[in-house]
Amino acid sequence: MIAFFARRVLTVFLPTLLGISILVFGAMRLIPGNFVDVLIGIGPDVGQAQRDEIARSYGLDKPLPIQYLLWLGNTLRGNMGTSLRTGEPVAGEILARLPITLELAGLATLFSLLLAIPAGILAAVRRGGAIDVAIRVIALVGLSVPNFLIGTLLILFVSTKWSVLPTTGFVPISDGLVANLKSLVLPTIALGTLLAASIMRMTRSAVLEELGRDYLTVARAKGLAPRVVVLSHAVRNALVPVITVVGIQTGYLLGGTVIVEQIFAVPGIGRLALDAVSQRDYPLVQGATLFIAAAFVLINLLTDLTYGLVDPRIRVPD
Amino acid sequence: MGTPADDQALIRGRPSFLRLLARQNTIGLIAGIALVIFVGLAIAAPLVAPGDPVDMSPIDRLQSPSEAGWLGTDVFGRDVLSRILFGARISLCVGVLSVLVAAAIGTMLGLIAGYVGRWQEYLTMRLMDVLFSFPSILLAILIVSIWGAGFRSIIIAIALIQTPVFARIVRGSTLALKHVEFVQASVAAGSSTTRILVRHILPNVAAPILVQLALSMSGAVILEAALSYLGLGAVPPTPSLGSMLSENRIAMELAPWTVLFPGLALGLLVLCINMFGDAIRDLLDPRLRTAMSP
Repeated sequence: MIAFFARRVLTVFLPTLLGISILVFGAMRLIPGNFVDVLIGIGPDVGQAQRDEIARSYGLDKPLPIQYLLWLGNTLRGNMGTSLRTGEPVAGEILARLPITLELAGLATLFSLLLAIPAGILAAVRRGGAIDVAIRVIALVGLSVPNFLIGTLLILFVSTKWSVLPTTGFVPISDGLVANLKSLVLPTIALGTLLAASIMRMTRSAVLEELGRDYLTVARAKGLAPRVVVLSHAVRNALVPVITVVGIQTGYLLGGTVIVEQIFAVPGIGRLALDAVSQRDYPLVQGATLFIAAAFVLINLLTDLTYGLVDPRIRVPD
Repeated sequence: MGTPADDQALIRGRPSFLRLLARQNTIGLIAGIALVIFVGLAIAAPLVAPGDPVDMSPIDRLQSPSEAGWLGTDVFGRDVLSRILFGARISLCVGVLSVLVAAAIGTMLGLIAGYVGRWQEYLTMRLMDVLFSFPSILLAILIVSIWGAGFRSIIIAIALIQTPVFARIVRGSTLALKHVEFVQASVAAGSSTTRILVRHILPNVAAPILVQLALSMSGAVILEAALSYLGLGAVPPTPSLGSMLSENRIAMELAPWTVLFPGLALGLLVLCINMFGDAIRDLLDPRLRTAMSP
């Protein structure tokens, strides 16, 4: 298991992280114009002495590969520069927003699991019936309706017909847990629907596959109640691959948060990145994209490892 | 299903492919027809649209649907139906263009990686891993921050995001074909690598590429709409199904038609592409076909 872990980290995780850092670094240097101007932004005019100081601190007089290594070293030590807008360190800005995005992503995952797994099991057990057809149609629609459309429709419905929930605006957890959760209900649904639809499809086909296996025929033949056959035999075995695949999908939630946070005015990392683009706050764009992409790769690594833990066949190199 | 005659038909000609679709997958056929109507309307938008999609008319703003304007007018007094038609045109244009670019580049990289192997393969596939592990919206944000909002940035972003899928699929198929006799025979006959790739391998990886083209299209349409919603794509006043949702949001409680109809159009378009893509996959993927036959 340790060998498997080390191999994954060395051959996939680290090279991918390195590639991502080169991509993000390179992207910032592709921005048209002098890089010092890019860093200064549209702020007050600065003197030549200050410009030289900035150029020196970023090592702009050195060749690009050296600049990259300097930047990488700084980033690894947690120094991602300062935001052009607020003057605060980029790392601090990101960490301040992190809990909100994590809360939203966690709630969305929970929502989709609670909704999709029972629905998927039900569809599999009632294969071909009306419930199955209904659940499959809902899943197909869920896969086809983008999250910003769901968000817009939710706001429209809640604001005109059912004004129990706040439609936009985020209430921090320090202002009370109930108000905080209430403000995240709609964003959670908008973010979690796509995940729910795909988990539903996966659960259905995984349970169907288990239901066709010989050991289940044996379980039925020895007279076990249908409920026991399905829940404690088929579902338990079917959910192992499903849960691990959920991990990969959770990574995609991180991308979804960018849009959902914007729609519902939730001040998370996604919104931070988007605001940074519109304000041309490049150090912040760089830091936020790097952070989200790294988190995404880390989630994929953890999923891989969980999968290796559960299914020993994965651990053997091919 | 899956008779030898059907297989023959799949390999030989396209007309029989349509007949096969009609016989085996009614839902896929309906989705396909709806898609043809969508594309037709989008292409004919300048002819069929009742009004100008960008012409603002403050007096007529937020008119509810009526005989004068079937789907009403938006916050700037523009005809919603016309904007949907022109918006769908842009969605499909961006979708087709970016996915074709992705397919072309991805196929080329996949062929080379799979057939040549060595360091070319390692480098290409690691690069694909990097692109693959970047959440798509984030990559788009990076690109827009370099080249600014607009269709050029969106097409580059979507193409970059979709390229790895094609490269992976083509590489996998190429690896499997590399040692098959007819390819080896061509090597023995002294054919150049380019000739082998283009004449012998490419035709045999066409089916999975076709399936992926359909699947990637829905992702591309959604991403275009999402970026335009965020203000990173279509630059106002250009109509886009995504930007219509965000532009009219301030007035949607008063005039729900301004967001409901564009939303419906977008959802239906993606649904049709998804169902049509699934149908093509079921027809072309031999593994799934045997799994389905009794």
